[in-house]
Formats: sequence, C-alpha cells, structure tokens
Amino acid sequence: MDKLKLMKTANEVRKDIVTAVHSAKAGHPGGSLSAAEIFTYLYFEEMNIDPKDPKKGDRDRFVLSKGHTAPGLYAALAERGYFPKEDLKTLRHTGSYLQGHPDMKHIPGVDMSSGSLGQGISAAVGMALAAKITGASYRVYTLLGDGEIQEGQVWEASMLAAHRRLDNLVVIVDNNNLQIDGAITEVNSPYPIDEKFRAFNFHVINIDGNDFDQIDAAFKEAKTVKGQPTAIIAKTVKGKGVSFMENQAGWHGKAPNDEEYKIAMADLEKAGEALCQM
Amino acid sequence: MSDVKKIATRASYGEALAQLGTEHGDVVVLDADLAEATKTGVFKKAHPERFIDCGIAEGNMMGVAAGLAAAGLVPFASSFAMFAAGRAFEQVRNSIGYPHLNVKIGATHAGISVGEDGASHQCNEDIALMRTIPGMTVICPSDDIEAKAAVKAAYEHVGPVYLRFGRLAVPVINDREDYRFELGKGVTLREGEDVAVIATGLPVSACLEAAEKLAADGIRAKVINIHTIKPLDEDLVVAAAKETGKVVTVEEHSVIGGLGSAVCDALAEKAPTKVLKIGINDTFGESGPAAELLVKYGLDADSIYRKIRDFVNSAD
Repeated sequence: MDKLKLMKTANEVRKDIVTAVHSAKAGHPGGSLSAAEIFTYLYFEEMNIDPKDPKKGDRDRFVLSKGHTAPGLYAALAERGYFPKEDLKTLRHTGSYLQGHPDMKHIPGVDMSSGSLGQGISAAVGMALAAKITGASYRVYTLLGDGEIQEGQVWEASMLAAHRRLDNLVVIVDNNNLQIDGAITEVNSPYPIDEKFRAFNFHVINIDGNDFDQIDAAFKEAKTVKGQPTAIIAKTVKGKGVSFMENQAGWHGKAPNDEEYKIAMADLEKAGEALCQM
Repeated sequence: MSDVKKIATRASYGEALAQLGTEHGDVVVLDADLAEATKTGVFKKAHPERFIDCGIAEGNMMGVAAGLAAAGLVPFASSFAMFAAGRAFEQVRNSIGYPHLNVKIGATHAGISVGEDGASHQCNEDIALMRTIPGMTVICPSDDIEAKAAVKAAYEHVGPVYLRFGRLAVPVINDREDYRFELGKGVTLREGEDVAVIATGLPVSACLEAAEKLAADGIRAKVINIHTIKPLDEDLVVAAAKETGKVVTVEEHSVIGGLGSAVCDALAEKAPTKVLKIGINDTFGESGPAAELLVKYGLDADSIYRKIRDFVNSAD
C-alpha cells in the first residue's frame, strides 16, 4: 500500500476510534490516536495475515500490551475486514464482543487478551519462542505504552527476549510522553528509553511514530536484524489528529461528549479532504 | 510405617514431565531458576531444546507460558507454590485464566512441609487463590502414583491446570493394580459410617493411619481422597455427608479458602452438615524439620486422630 493510502487509512482508523469511544461513553482515545499510524502499518503493510482466516497457523502475531488502546486495534481490524465497522459502535456495551480491553476468545484477529500492563510483552515473547522451538517463520509484534514500561515485568520479558536471541520479535514503544497522572517525566521518568533497551541487548530504532516513511524504514530494518530482538521507540503525539485532544493527558481515558465528537470528526474530515487533494 | 516406600511428589512431577515430553513433542517446560528443586531439571536433561529457564522472574514466566500456549504448545510452568500462585497470581489470572489458555502450572514446595526455609516459602494459600479463577482446574495429588497420573491427566485436559506438589517424601498409598486417575473424581480409600474424613495431598496417608486408630476406639471412619479440588466431586462429598452426618476435612493448607472451604460451600447448599476443618489455622508457618512442623501444626496421624475422635464424640 502506498504512503498516501496508508495515511488515508490511518485517518479512517482515527474516525473509527473517536466514533467507538464516543458511542461507548468511555475508553481511551489519546493513546489509540497516537498509535493510529502504527496500527495501520502493521495491519495493512507489515504483517502476514488473512482476515478471512484469523487463526491461520503461520500468521504473524500482534499483542497489544497497552491493552487500554483497544479502540485503535479494533479500528484497524475492522478497516482490514476482520469484522463489520458498524460493530465498533458496540464497544464496551453490555453483551458486545468488543470488550473494553482485547479479548482473544471473542474478537476475530485479536491474538492475545491483554490490558493488565506489562503482561502483553511476556506473551509476545512466548509466541516468538514458540516459533523458534517449532521452526516456524512467523514474526511477533507487540505495542507498549511509554508509561507501561514502568512495569518491572516489561524488563523481565525484555531480558529473556534478548537472552533467547528472538530476532523474530519487534517491540514498539508508543512514546507519546503522557500517562494518566501527567507527563511521564513528572510521574516516574522511564527515559532514556532507547538506552535502556540497548542495555538489554535490543537492536534499537528511534523514529517519529506518526510518520509512515520512518515507520516503513524501521520495520524493514528490523527484518534484517539477526540474533537479537528489535525495539522501535516511536515518538508520537497523544491524541494526534483531534485538535483539542493533542498532547492532553486528560484525554487518556475519557470519551468525547456529543459536541466534542462533532468537533473531533470535523477535524478528521478536514484532514481526510486534505489527503484527497494530495 | 518405616518400611513404606516414600517419594516426594515433586520428584514424581519431574519424572512424569520427562516421560510426557518423550511421548508428546508439543510439551515445553518453563522454570524460574529452581529446576533442581522443582525437579523440572529431569525434563531439561531429557529435552533441553524444549526447556526454558526464565530466570528469577515468575510473573514473566507465566506470561511467556501464555504466549507459548496461544501458539499451540503445551507449557508446564514451574516454581514454588509461593511464587507460582502467590507472586504471579495476577499474571495467572489475566494472562492464563481469562483467555483460558492451555497452560499447566506445576507448583512445588506447597505447605509447611517445606520445612527449614520457613514461613516466607511455606505457601498455605495457593489452593484458595487458584480455585477462585474461573475455569482453573486445581489438583493436589497425595502420592507418587497419583502425582504422575495427574501430570498426564493435566496434559490431556484442554485448559489451565494448577498442580500442587510437595517437597517432602510421602508414603506411596495408591500402589494397586486397579488404580486409575479421573479428573474431578474423588476416591473412597476406606469405608466407614460414623464420620467422613475428606483429605487432599500430603495428609491423606496420615488420615488412613488415623482411621486405623479410630477403628480401635470403635469409630468407623470413611476416608476420601480428593485429588481434584476444582472441579470438586460434589456428589461424592454430599453422599458421604448424608451417610455419616459428620465431615472432617484435612489439608496442608490454610483452613480459609482451601479444600475445607470448598467442601463447606458444597455442603451448605446441598446437605448442611457439621464440619471440622483441619489445616493451618490462619497463621504463618516457621522454620524446622518438616516432620516436626507437621506435628506442631497438627497434621500428623496422631493429631488428626485425636481431633477426629474428639469431634465425633462431641458432635452428637
């Protein structure tokens, strides 16, 4: 998929995120929007997957370790055709299969249940290890929040991933700089993130995580790495694409009201129109 | 009973794992730097390519096991009960239990028979923790033969299983030709009409000894071995309660939340019966040789005998 198409798709993913969270009257738009390009790239460019056969044995796997940004994942899955887009409006509703956090038992395309921070990366390490043990060629991707890496388990998993030389594993950190209580630098700074992963024997790539050229180059580079896992530190803007949500910690876990929803969609429609003129 | 063969169920676990690994290529074993103690080292020696030492990081180990299971392998993740069920509880609950992944947790060194290491390593709460997780099967074998059978049954069962093993060598009591292990089915080891003694794990053999002593006093005790605490064999428990009118539960675990609580839950609903719960009485353990601690905490045959005798004599 060319860059313009990816950008258009990411914009649709953003609309889906805002629509789903608005309908749910709860959820996490900020960190879903910051990672819209990463979700889009993974599901439309990078991963070997088949929406018609979500459990295909040799598929690449994705674990959303920062599980609260499920709206972003669900939006990408719906856009990719795993389930109807209309269903996104049932997010977090009683009886809906679209649970507040990823549920592998009920949602087509979800490879691992997650949401308790720090745990998804361990499961991703397990999947990558399984590929090594069975001689399978699939790759495993996991997306973490920059606040999430305050969890000690992230570093337990990272230590094992490098020790086991899991070059089929790519850890992406959505470095939007904000967590619930404020800036990560004020709460409990995880910086320097790249140096930490380097110290854990990862191949580290720093990128602008909202720029498809840099995302594309990073994932291509990751495929050439042998004998060690890759960490992509993706600098992003929390709430990206919605004017009043950008760089606001308050939009970590809050749904827009009807009026805010209209403004958000207008922002995204405008961005979409601009892309169509490119 | 000095001439009785004694084997620690952790040793049975290691041997059974190695055998299982030979029979099934999808078995993988994880440990957290305790392979010598949990006996997963036996598997490691036989199948090094399918052994993963996660180092001292039990929470991560449970998540890695979940990922291996999600990819179609059958992982057995091992540590001491304290760390497998205690430290990693939330990982077991969210990464294994919630998605109902096919992970087997082999927890050794359960209960006070850990001995000299003392209270920090004596887990008397694991059964309580594990049986609250929806869909989790909880097994606590009583001897070598049952432990090996349980490992096989756990592999054959699709879904998460918690297996509880001990450090101390315990008498082999199931050494008979017609022995077979059926998940979720209790085993009546001795018939009796005056009291039903329902036990699990290490103290089952002591309960058989206690029943002999009770017989000398004219008290006929039924002894039931509950190797599967969840799902509990409620039919057998209820029938025994109705037949005898008096129930005693015995476990090397806190009296809060373990077998005793599971039995009381079932009886309160289906056959209200007076129950004496024998176990660790809401206290931490301490350092000491296992045999001495079992006496001190009332889980040896003599202590169990006296408690049941007094209970039966006062219950009427």
